[in-house]
Amino acid sequence: MYFLKRLILMVPLLLLISILAFVLVRVAPGGPFDRERKPASPEIERNLKAKYHLDEPGWKQYLRYLSGLVQGDFGPSLKYRNHSVNDIIRQGLPVSLTLGMLAFCFAQGVGIPLGFYTAARRGQWGDFVGSFVAILFICIPGFVVGPLLIMAFAIHWRLFPAALWETPWHAILPTVALGLYFAGKIARLMREGMLGTMHEGFITTARAKGLSESAILLKHVFRLAILPVVSYSGPLLADLLTGSFVVENIFQIPGIGVFLVNSSLNRDYTMVVGLVLVYAALLLIMNLLVDAGYSLLDPRVQYE
Amino acid sequence: MEAADFNAQRSKSPNQRAWRRFKRNLPALISLALFLLLLALIFLWPMLSAYKPEELSEAQFQPPSALHWCGTDVHGRDLLARIMSGARVSLLVGAVGAAVSLLIGVMWGAVAGYIGGRLDGVMMRVVDVLYSLPSIVFVIVLITTLEDLVKAALPGGFGADSGLSVRLLLLCVGLGAISWLTMARIVRGQVLTLRARGFVDASRALGAGHARIVWHHILPNVYGIIIVYLTLTVPGIILYESFLSYLGLGIQPPMASWGSLIAEGASQLNPIRIYWWLIVFPGVALVAALLALNFLGDGLRDAFDPRAT
Repeated sequence: MYFLKRLILMVPLLLLISILAFVLVRVAPGGPFDRERKPASPEIERNLKAKYHLDEPGWKQYLRYLSGLVQGDFGPSLKYRNHSVNDIIRQGLPVSLTLGMLAFCFAQGVGIPLGFYTAARRGQWGDFVGSFVAILFICIPGFVVGPLLIMAFAIHWRLFPAALWETPWHAILPTVALGLYFAGKIARLMREGMLGTMHEGFITTARAKGLSESAILLKHVFRLAILPVVSYSGPLLADLLTGSFVVENIFQIPGIGVFLVNSSLNRDYTMVVGLVLVYAALLLIMNLLVDAGYSLLDPRVQYE
Repeated sequence: MEAADFNAQRSKSPNQRAWRRFKRNLPALISLALFLLLLALIFLWPMLSAYKPEELSEAQFQPPSALHWCGTDVHGRDLLARIMSGARVSLLVGAVGAAVSLLIGVMWGAVAGYIGGRLDGVMMRVVDVLYSLPSIVFVIVLITTLEDLVKAALPGGFGADSGLSVRLLLLCVGLGAISWLTMARIVRGQVLTLRARGFVDASRALGAGHARIVWHHILPNVYGIIIVYLTLTVPGIILYESFLSYLGLGIQPPMASWGSLIAEGASQLNPIRIYWWLIVFPGVALVAALLALNFLGDGLRDAFDPRAT
């Protein structure tokens, strides 16, 4: 019931976002045809505007856009004239999603063991080194890691391709560049969760029963300590999607992030609004899924 | 803990106790020292260095040497001087952006927590909704679209670099405007508990107005936590700024920030020659500053908010 309400609430929210984005791009001076070849006569420009209904008042344009949207049509791109926004989303979104999911798996795969290790070695050298590595990951942004990885692995040692998105080999460097930050974040969450759980009464009980330390950590502590990591997964996925602009930019990956930056510079109205809506919808759905998953994992959590 | 020590601690205010806890945190202290050193260097560097950050020369793409400690870039500019001037821009955006987020976050949180009831519910739902939106997407759209608008609206009195300052202004305001959510939540939670305390009732009974109660009695008790989250906001905003500058949406040349320097370095990537210093040195500066600020923020949080960890 609660989730149904949230699902329904998404509709007015997305509507509001679309209005906001629409107004924002429309109040800006300059239009999508400003940077066309120079000798575009006023007549041609007028015809172009008429073709895309840019000569109508704003509210009318918005309603026209909205009626298309309801039918699942994001409209034509004003810059990439022979593509519709749907085409570009259909081509770019799977790439961005794949990259995001790969980085997600990388972040979990590195972060959880690292956090587990530092918590198990708490107060010892392994903990200091591991924790420092984790915070270092958090402080190295993707646009520093990316070029460094390219220099080392693509140009110097020629192990991986430097750019583009074709074979699985192409995915490795971008995945690392995108996922490193989140691996550090997950490691810190995991460590905190483990340390918090170790003081619980049932852990003392398990220890009193004579269970080995590793059995305690793996069987009892881990299960509870993973919960904060799970609840962070929603924002994490969202950040991975919105954070992928830079990595897509560095490795020239044809995802939707590159299009968002370009189209908002080009005043490609339909494209900007469409992409903003796609991002917002993805984020809202992701958060909803995570909340649902959380209540399955931890039955104590109740939503009303 | 010894009884005497315990009593000594009791007699001090919470903020004094927090400061004592902070002084025992070695990584945080080292970070504070390093950060102050960095600040001093940044502001003294123009006097110490023989090179100006904009000074062009024939010595292009020089690797690091005794003459140019961090090498030179595509126009023969001394990279170290550029990193230092970029640091000023990056830290300025971080500080002003954090101040903007402080202003919005504290006001939002204090009003919601103090008034409570239905308004509190609505204001906190707004924060929840904003949390779930792709804020950086909005900043990108905001900066690209509003820039020309603001430029047109401003009188021409700003001179030739009005474009630069408009971009800087939009960056600070935009990034501050998406970074206040955590601050609002924390402040609201604190105000909510403080509101019910006796000294608030007492000052209300003495006839103090709402503004006076919030300003003089509630907020002074919250400022430790506010400082903590302010310190943790600064590196976040610096990161966002360099991220946008990397995409070409932030600081514009000839002005530089750490992000735009790294972007320039990355644009020189080619399969034939590796100009590693163009990426490594600005990157190290950025990472070092972020590390110091994060350690500092963590240390302050452990000191002021022992329950948080």
